[in-house]
Amino acid sequence: MVTAAADAWRVAASVHDPEVPVLTIEDLGILRDVREDAGRVTVTITPTYSGCPAMDTITQDLELAYSAAGYDRVDVVTVLAPAWTTDWMTPEGKRKLEAFGIAPPTGRAAVPAGPIRVALAVRCPRCGSLRTREVSRFGSTSCKALFECLGCLEPFDHFKVH
Amino acid sequence: MTTDDLHGDVTVDALELAAELSGAEGHAASADLAEYALRLGDDALVLSQQLAGWIARAPELEEDVALANIALDLLGHARSLLRFAGTWDGRSEDDLAYFRDESEYRSAWLFEQPNGDFAHTIARQLVASVYMFELYSALASSSDPTLAAIAAKAVKEVDYHRDHAVQWTLRLGDGTEESQRRMTVALRDVWPYVGELFVDDELVDRLGDAAVRPSQLRSGFDDVIAAVLREATMTVPDVAAAMGAGRSGGHFPTLGYLLAEMQVLARQHPGATW
Repeated sequence: MVTAAADAWRVAASVHDPEVPVLTIEDLGILRDVREDAGRVTVTITPTYSGCPAMDTITQDLELAYSAAGYDRVDVVTVLAPAWTTDWMTPEGKRKLEAFGIAPPTGRAAVPAGPIRVALAVRCPRCGSLRTREVSRFGSTSCKALFECLGCLEPFDHFKVH
Repeated sequence: MTTDDLHGDVTVDALELAAELSGAEGHAASADLAEYALRLGDDALVLSQQLAGWIARAPELEEDVALANIALDLLGHARSLLRFAGTWDGRSEDDLAYFRDESEYRSAWLFEQPNGDFAHTIARQLVASVYMFELYSALASSSDPTLAAIAAKAVKEVDYHRDHAVQWTLRLGDGTEESQRRMTVALRDVWPYVGELFVDDELVDRLGDAAVRPSQLRSGFDDVIAAVLREATMTVPDVAAAMGAGRSGGHFPTLGYLLAEMQVLARQHPGATW
């Protein structure tokens, strides 16, 4: 027996991120809350970065998913606070990212801020080497940085700690 | 759509005002909060539009991507701030971005300075991102929950922008004779527009704990800039301040051209989607 609330969450959690399609919005940690009341659902999501252009698509995908699941009405609410962090990404999400060829975030974002950035080595998702180098902190989307592997010489995306 | 439509394959819908406003969390802005949010939002919007001018023109591919990413973050900040400002009088973020004239903009002159060469863009980025980092760090403690949420989100992103500008300032300043010469010229050219960012006025007085007093950010800004320039083997320019009047609607000549380009499509096809 699946409760109504659990079912409503399951529908939202089945929606994938349009830019990193191996991840669901639950894996990514941007699905914040789902409330169900007599067939009417309110889903709360938060953007990864302020300018994330995927939010409109995710909203539409949520509406489609609930419609397909037989719900009468869904309201999608976007909130900014608390600000999203990669610490909310699930272990399953990190595993999927690496299998997809994107190095997942290393370590945690929630550490005391200081003047010196200490970054953990980023493992190449192709050959597993830790001999990698940041080419640019800005990658194909806001949430990724561009790296190259000094072992297999392939470039790869790294989902940066944020 | 009629066959003699001059504008071709564009569908025109009524602006979905309600949908645009739904992201504004909770309460509506007061007149003063709206004006304050417009200042910050216009700074971010104008700088975003300027940086977008580098797309496909940056010195290298990675830099093209970096400047586009920074522009996108700034556009996100502008959208949040303008959406909040619009809750005061029922205007959407698009109404505010596309249907205000030059004199209704509230951006400071720093952000209106032309892209120039790459050094000028980096000098403007250095000043802008160090200022914005100080601003959003403080504004995250605003007594207004919406401004606090926008700032807490933005400061994490502006941190990258600041790091980007600092790294380039070090490379150009402490690089070749030519790179230092051009970085020095660039910094001298943007420096007159620094002062306007830190001027207090009655609006800020009235807002109290909801806003950040610009003058309080100056010492933190000066400390960071001094440290960066020292490491870049450069010095803080000694030039007179310009009389920027952006907060009251008086703008640098570049803004009119920038808005003309940014607004023309939306004004020719109000409510267009594609």
